[in-house]
Amino acid sequence: MSDNRGRGTGDNSGSAPYDFGGAWQPSEIEVARRIARKKRNRKNALIAALSSLLVLGTLLVVLVTSPGWITLRDTFFKWAYGFEVLPKIILGFGTNATLTLIAGTSVALLGLLIALIRTSRSPALTPFRFLATIYVDVFRGIPMLLVILLVGFGIPALQLKGVTNNVLILGTIAVIITYSAYVAEVIRSGILTVHPSQRAAARSLGLSHIQTLRHVVLPQALKRVTPPLLNDLVALIKDTGLISILGVTDAIRAAQIQTAKSFNYTPYVMAALVFLAVTIPLTRMTDRMLRNSLERQNAQGQA
Amino acid sequence: MNGPSMNGSGMSTPVLRVEKLRKSFGDEIVLQDITFSVPEHTATVFIGASGSGKSTLLRCINLLEQVDDGTIKLDGEDISAADVNPDEVRKKLGMVFQAFNLFPHMTVLENIILAPTRVQGIREEEAIAEAFKLLERFGLRDKADQYPDRLSGGQQQRVAIIRSLARNPRLLLLDEITSALDPVLVNEVLSTVRDLKGEGMTMVLATHEMGFAKQVANEVCFLHQGKILEWGPPEVILENPKLSETREFIKRVHDAGRL
Repeated sequence: MSDNRGRGTGDNSGSAPYDFGGAWQPSEIEVARRIARKKRNRKNALIAALSSLLVLGTLLVVLVTSPGWITLRDTFFKWAYGFEVLPKIILGFGTNATLTLIAGTSVALLGLLIALIRTSRSPALTPFRFLATIYVDVFRGIPMLLVILLVGFGIPALQLKGVTNNVLILGTIAVIITYSAYVAEVIRSGILTVHPSQRAAARSLGLSHIQTLRHVVLPQALKRVTPPLLNDLVALIKDTGLISILGVTDAIRAAQIQTAKSFNYTPYVMAALVFLAVTIPLTRMTDRMLRNSLERQNAQGQA
Repeated sequence: MNGPSMNGSGMSTPVLRVEKLRKSFGDEIVLQDITFSVPEHTATVFIGASGSGKSTLLRCINLLEQVDDGTIKLDGEDISAADVNPDEVRKKLGMVFQAFNLFPHMTVLENIILAPTRVQGIREEEAIAEAFKLLERFGLRDKADQYPDRLSGGQQQRVAIIRSLARNPRLLLLDEITSALDPVLVNEVLSTVRDLKGEGMTMVLATHEMGFAKQVANEVCFLHQGKILEWGPPEVILENPKLSETREFIKRVHDAGRL
């Protein structure tokens, strides 16, 4: 056959008038494709449903038929009792929420300050840079529970005048100390990912070092580390529960008080559900933000 | 041995005077014995292979790099002196980079008014009015509220040029501003620079675009292994160079289709 590329008119070039106005109808090929895709999607949904049913069903059967199931159900999942104590646990969770708010704000500020000190190059800040590095090394390396115990019981033992013995305040301080070390490192890594050419551009426009940080480097750095920081926020909410060890009545402590009275562990499960009610939406939000920022980055490559 | 642009260029102080500049990174000498002047309203174009030191030279003039020896004078004032505040010097210089380096978290307008408002203390309304004038002039008015990643490379580079112009610099440094661009986008950027030249902007350029160099340059300097090997008017350097190194370089660029 002759070489009929293109429009099949036997001629190697051609043109068609542009037609922007006419209503577009999908071609037969496209219609067939869509039907095939719909079919495939239905099949996939069916497979997913069957496999979920099988796996979850097996787990449930194993759980319910195990010898200790009845005892377990009565000690951990006594829902009527659970709802009875729920108000007390929620009240206790108020402490966790307040602590998260106060500690979260302080951690953000302190973490930012430490990150800025660690990334600075000013000779005047040399001793602070040194101290900041030691601080981060030490408090990232000690279990938070130990920091809480040391601050919560150690400081009152010093019997210093004018220093509080309030375990809630001391516990909060311990949480701030530990989390600032983590958050400082996250922010610092964000600062380091901003390309040096951005700094060069800002400096060559005449911006000072501080102005460059404030208007060019930090906005980009903080945007990049927002997902991991939200992740740390979720961890912070949970870890505020650790100060219950000092005797602060938070959600965990409130649940513990109830279990001590009834020898039933359902309050613990209720406390877990209260934490989940707050942390799951936050985690979802973090995931969505991460996805969006990835999409934005990928879109940039196509410009 | 007075270097480029010292023969008969009048009595007035040149905008830029570089004398015996030397720069090395560790053991590697990147620039040596660099001496040249750029009189007002003229453009000096540096050509040379990648790694010949063109970019480093521009970064030295902008004080982004510290020189090892020699002096740099801007309007007769020694800006390479130890007690000079780089921020003050940079207020008089505009620099445009190969990779545009726009701030991705700011709109086009915010990119342009950042330095005028923060560095020069111009009132925001005034800076915005000024920015719109420039955007209008370079056909980018409708892009004012876009973020850089929504623009083509050519548009981004033109915004970068506007950003450096918004501060009314004494001297514009252009570092291979078309090297990162698609060939079809190169022209819009080059015609912008030609316009600026026509308006009397004093410039130092590093470029691979020989045709463009011929159009805007008052003087072309051929950098080779960190030295200015040959210099002169563009017709001479680009068409009839004396040295074999220069001829070889021009031929290579020519073969690559960039003349």
